Amino acid sequence: MKTKNIIISGVGGQGIILASELLSLAAMRAGFDVKKSEVHGMSQRGGSVVSNVRFGEKVYSPLIEEGTADVILSFEKLETLRWIHFLNPSSGVCIVNDLEIIPVQVSPGKGEYPGDIMERLEKKASKVYLIDGVKYALQAGNPRTANTVLLGALSNFLPIEPEIWEETIKNRVPPKTIEANLKAFWLGRDLFKD
Amino acid sequence: MKMLLSGNEAVARGAWEGGAIVSAAYPGTPSTEILENLAKYEEVRAEWSPNEKVAFEVALGAAIGGARATVSMKHVGLNVAADPLMSSAYSGINAGFLIISADDPGMHSSQNEQDNRILAKFAKIPVLEPSDSQEAHDFAKIGFWISEEFDTPILLRLTTRISHTKCIVEVGEREEKGVKPYNKDIYKYILVPAHARKRHIVVEERLERLREFAEKTELNRIEWGNRDIGIVTSGIAYQYAKEIMPEASFLKLGFSWPTPIDLIKKFSSQVKKLYVVEELEPFIEDALRAAGLEVTGKEVVPRINELTPRRVRVALTGKELPHPEPEEVVSRPPVLCPGCPHMGIYWALRRLRATVMGDIGCYTLGFQEPLSAMDTCLEMGFSVSGAHGLEKAQGRKFAKKLVATIGDSTFLHSGVTGLMDVVYNKGTSTVIILDNRTTAMTGHQDHPATGKTAKGEPTKEIDFKKLAHAIGVEKVFEIDPHDLKMTRKVLKEAMELDEPTVVIAKRPCVLLKEEWKKLQARPKKKIIPEKCKGETCRNCLTIGCSAIYWKDGKAWINPLLCVGCDLCQQLCPFGAIVEDVKDEN
Repeated sequence: MKTKNIIISGVGGQGIILASELLSLAAMRAGFDVKKSEVHGMSQRGGSVVSNVRFGEKVYSPLIEEGTADVILSFEKLETLRWIHFLNPSSGVCIVNDLEIIPVQVSPGKGEYPGDIMERLEKKASKVYLIDGVKYALQAGNPRTANTVLLGALSNFLPIEPEIWEETIKNRVPPKTIEANLKAFWLGRDLFKD
Repeated sequence: MKMLLSGNEAVARGAWEGGAIVSAAYPGTPSTEILENLAKYEEVRAEWSPNEKVAFEVALGAAIGGARATVSMKHVGLNVAADPLMSSAYSGINAGFLIISADDPGMHSSQNEQDNRILAKFAKIPVLEPSDSQEAHDFAKIGFWISEEFDTPILLRLTTRISHTKCIVEVGEREEKGVKPYNKDIYKYILVPAHARKRHIVVEERLERLREFAEKTELNRIEWGNRDIGIVTSGIAYQYAKEIMPEASFLKLGFSWPTPIDLIKKFSSQVKKLYVVEELEPFIEDALRAAGLEVTGKEVVPRINELTPRRVRVALTGKELPHPEPEEVVSRPPVLCPGCPHMGIYWALRRLRATVMGDIGCYTLGFQEPLSAMDTCLEMGFSVSGAHGLEKAQGRKFAKKLVATIGDSTFLHSGVTGLMDVVYNKGTSTVIILDNRTTAMTGHQDHPATGKTAKGEPTKEIDFKKLAHAIGVEKVFEIDPHDLKMTRKVLKEAMELDEPTVVIAKRPCVLLKEEWKKLQARPKKKIIPEKCKGETCRNCLTIGCSAIYWKDGKAWINPLLCVGCDLCQQLCPFGAIVEDVKDEN
């Protein structure tokens, strides 16, 4: 199998590190070599955050090279656009949470939040999926499971069986939220049933 | 057993397995999690020290005292500890002593990108460079062995991408080494000139023996492939080069100093073209050139900024892969959290038109708009001593508008010595200690003024007020930086006094668990759009809170980010900001 390259992006505080941890643990449980890399430590709250996850038979570089990401999974619309040059230009897809968080830079008039993100993404990705993560998270019974909804959607593009995802989720999320997270995962996964 | 571990977690695990008994550190990204993880092991006496020099000396003392010991820090921390580093090379150790330095190529959270392999060479101690978490784990154990075998401290050099990448690690069990007897040996441990002259000879002989070891150790290995291209590499650069050119021949150096020149010569003689791919400085490359080898290195591999697979591909092949054009989008830098106590201080300093000597911590972000209240931020402690120097240059009148802002942890690290100087040399600086009860930026580590140890045990707590008085500062003010009016008034008064003053701005970091819980119980704020005067006012924006955003010519509060403090409310002249109380009906 060719190494799978997944970028997970969003805004500090959105749970990006936990989401990439779940993906890495699932890949490890499925028997793959895994590397995941991100930078933390600066007060990243509210800052742009990105995690690189790579898995396959043998992974060398922890960083994804420009033009090789299979999927950009993004918890915020603008943060998808920021990393678009990493996407594989012929086959890469974007899974985007339908959420806009206005950067603080926009308030003093230093820049604009673009209104045409979807159009710009569609020009560069082979496919873009916009998902209202919070809507399904509420259906799952916990608004904080939006990330798991998106991971469920992502799972359709990866060679990891749903049972492995379920075991990983059960092992890693807080016990009280296992049920909601499992529900959220399946809501996300079933979005691509057809 | 296999685990998914970051490089930092893996080093901690490896050191524990290798029998570490004493570990000390000062937090600093990307190194912090090393000690945090060591502190989880019952057998390890793990401590936060006030600074890296103290941490180094604690660990060195322990090693001389017969216990395997580690000290960990970020790259610039080793500058602070450079004095004991140099001397420890002469004294040698008794039990194994690992110096763990996490360098930060790319400066993700640092002020420079120094390459600490050079410091190790300067100090005449060996260097280990792991290239993933498995090696970080293994090298920690081997490091203890080398250290004892050669009676030397050893540098385990990590970088951000090693420290913060998680990989699968095969872990082992702890080997109990116990504590060796302590033996008084004045010729080794008292470095008076007569002894040190003899020790220098020992150091040079040891380097020669280490060089022989480097030639044959399995830490340095050849991976033969296509012999058209041979790549000498180390650390994370190995992974990038291997990714880009898996078919080439590799000489991977895990033990990069003293450099195994004979091994490299042998490798070089069997390949057509020789490359050195390494991050930051031409460290290995310089050794090769000095040995007369023809090599391609820094003329194609960038010396500035961290390497990436793309940069290594361009260096080795001159091409990059096809990829979509990057999009120009508005930046989203880290910002002070909503409710952050630092906002009030910088808001007031901006209004007072102060010259602000800043320091290292979250509060460095006070330089950004709209707070824009900082003139300098160089290194730990510069705020206080630098302000004193600025006063000596510009005079007392200038000093009326001059302050130093420094966090509680940074003040104890190296601000307190500067304050002694201010008092001793008759300065009039105003030193503002931003006491948020934690080392916040690196992720909430305790320090000597929090009342808790690295192991979470209660301990004595430094009283900043008493400390300032003891140093000789007579006027010490205490304020709540969330009271904007009072903050501005007190700062103005303190700055105008013709004597050294200390202002302690005390309020816990909003992200501290206890504080966060309290805040969550509070109602959020909202803005009544009819009352908001929009463009003609914009007062609430001056506090720089990231929960407030601007849309359709008016200010709005994001209820998901708001923590319910009243900083913005204090600034609204029209009473447009109110508590967002749920309608019970």
